[in-house]
Amino acid sequence: MVRTRVEVQQQTQIGDAMVRGLVRAQLGLALRLALVAVCLLGALPVLFALVPSLAEVTLLGLRLPWLLLGVVGYPVLLGISWLYVRLAERNEQDFTDLTDD
Amino acid sequence: MGTGSIPVLTVVGLIAAAAATVAIGIYGVRLARTTSDFLVASRTVGPRWNAAAIAGEYLSAASFLGVAGLVAKYGADALWYPVGFAAGYLGLLLFVAAPLRRSGAYTVPDFAEFRLGTRWVRTLAMIVVAVICVLYLVPQFQGAGLTLNILLGLPEWVGVAAVGAIVVGNVVGGGMRSITFVQAFQYWLKLTAVALPALVLTLHFLAHDRVLTEAVPPTVTDRTTVDITTDVIVQVGEPLQVDVTGHIDGRPVAGPVLLAPGQHELSSGTELVLAAGSPVPVVAGAPPDNDSWASPGNGFGGDYPMFQVYSLILATFLGTMGLPHVLVRFYTNPDGRTARMTSLAVIALVGMFYLFPTLLGVFARLYVPQLLITGRSDAAVLLLPGSVLSGWGGQLLAALVASGAIAAFLSTSSGLLVSVAGVLSTDVLRGRVRDFRIAAVLAGIVPLALSLSVTSLDLSRSVGLVFAVAASTLCPLLILGIWWRGLTAAGAAAGMVLGGLVSGTAAMVVVLAPIDPDRGGWPAVLVGYPAAVSVPLAFLAMVLVSLATRRSVPADVGRTFSRMHVPERLGMGRDREIGAFGAGTSGADKSVSGDRTRRSSR
Repeated sequence: MVRTRVEVQQQTQIGDAMVRGLVRAQLGLALRLALVAVCLLGALPVLFALVPSLAEVTLLGLRLPWLLLGVVGYPVLLGISWLYVRLAERNEQDFTDLTDD
Repeated sequence: MGTGSIPVLTVVGLIAAAAATVAIGIYGVRLARTTSDFLVASRTVGPRWNAAAIAGEYLSAASFLGVAGLVAKYGADALWYPVGFAAGYLGLLLFVAAPLRRSGAYTVPDFAEFRLGTRWVRTLAMIVVAVICVLYLVPQFQGAGLTLNILLGLPEWVGVAAVGAIVVGNVVGGGMRSITFVQAFQYWLKLTAVALPALVLTLHFLAHDRVLTEAVPPTVTDRTTVDITTDVIVQVGEPLQVDVTGHIDGRPVAGPVLLAPGQHELSSGTELVLAAGSPVPVVAGAPPDNDSWASPGNGFGGDYPMFQVYSLILATFLGTMGLPHVLVRFYTNPDGRTARMTSLAVIALVGMFYLFPTLLGVFARLYVPQLLITGRSDAAVLLLPGSVLSGWGGQLLAALVASGAIAAFLSTSSGLLVSVAGVLSTDVLRGRVRDFRIAAVLAGIVPLALSLSVTSLDLSRSVGLVFAVAASTLCPLLILGIWWRGLTAAGAAAGMVLGGLVSGTAAMVVVLAPIDPDRGGWPAVLVGYPAAVSVPLAFLAMVLVSLATRRSVPADVGRTFSRMHVPERLGMGRDREIGAFGAGTSGADKSVSGDRTRRSSR
């Protein structure tokens, strides 16, 4: 078995540092994408309160708040999730590559 | 709102949905042999089945009926309910899904013990799980009572008792493996039952061009009779001529009345007749005309609408990850990677579903606005097809919607009951199959009794309160437990107790001693939407107490973290054995009664 892999499994200092790095990378990724969701969707109530005329805009026969929350919001959530899954798996791949070096 | 005789097709639809659920349950029983099967379906369920099952379990009465009702009543701001219910899975995916699966724990209490290494935190988490399940079951049963009352004219307790009996029977007989099939089936049934009427009504709407954003109140097209079944305060914009038999503002009335602009109290038992084309008064606190209804910023009745909206967003975004019946499903994924794929698929399925209740809510304001008077707008989805479309088409759609509603109650309450029974049977009883069954019966009776005795809120609002409790207790435990090495048992307990007390007290006050939202100011808003206060409090308490008890951080926290975060292919993780069930678990996980509390060193 590769030595770095054993380090991770046996909790040596090197192994522990590697796991800490992985946890930090995954948490950073999750927080960044949560922030993206908050900025894209969570900011809407404040935005509509600050710029009321925005809530009056009609697109495709629907008022903007209805279009954004009733329809567009779900694909946006799905897109963020898809991105997260891809990037989280890449983080894990990087970690695995490191242990197999 | 009686529709006259009992529609035969609707009865057939109701019975078919219930029978199909029971039948699939019985079929599943033949596959469910061991206790491991009962609890986590042997961890062999593929992401596709699992995602449909999670979505089927998650889309409760609150989603199927409640969302449309709230949209009809409160308009643009109510869209945050479905968006929040879907966004909760993003929170779950980002912070919880894969590490929780890799922890190998099979319930939240088990996770608490795995992570914090003490038995008493497990017990505390178990109590929280049981409370959340019971609170969540109440609106499901009440929704069933409302549905059968509206569709068949049965007294509410009949629906509550019928759905309760089916759910308890199914869970006692089948356990979770069968439930996985049932739940997946329920998702597709619910989607069809809500999508088809929404699409048909959309065609109807497009064929009869009508606008829904003018500064006029909603109007009835035909002469409409409204029965007031619970006392309600309505607001009238312009002087309104109605025929009334009963009590208005405490005075007995019989015959034509001119309602002056302002608020009026209609007593239970009052009958109101609106002439064709007459504007409809709406319950106090809801936007009275269509223009303000279509604009955001009105909240859900009462003061400080912005606070209400953000508190709701917080509760739903963080609450989903704390729902025991959702979490238990994540343990049925084979590994952390499939847990992520499952969450992704759930977001797609749930998001697709929520497009339709929103549409139905809009149509409800247009076509059955009389519901806005009674405050029972949860009935909107059930009454829409029959009111708008005449003949066989309407009846068929009404029957389809009825079966979808029953599917919603059955699937969510089965899932809740499985998780509460699983937790109770392994943590309180001895964890044998018999104990699971006893626990299921006991855990079904408590919410049944509660739902018959407490006030019924809008379904989505009750569920929103339960989300607030979950977001203030189990969510911080999971997030800090997974991502912060410094969490201690004392800290976790302090946070769960504080968050649970604050949010739980709020929920109790709302149900037992409601504050009038129009006169309540801050107290009413804080009690109705506690998450914005209770969630930060819970996190703060967990962090501060953990820092104060820093020395009791488990010594092997590094190993725990490796197991939760390192991909399975590196061979770190192992599933924890399922309680004391030696018989059912596979190969290496053999265990004997009594050592289920032992933290294995693996």
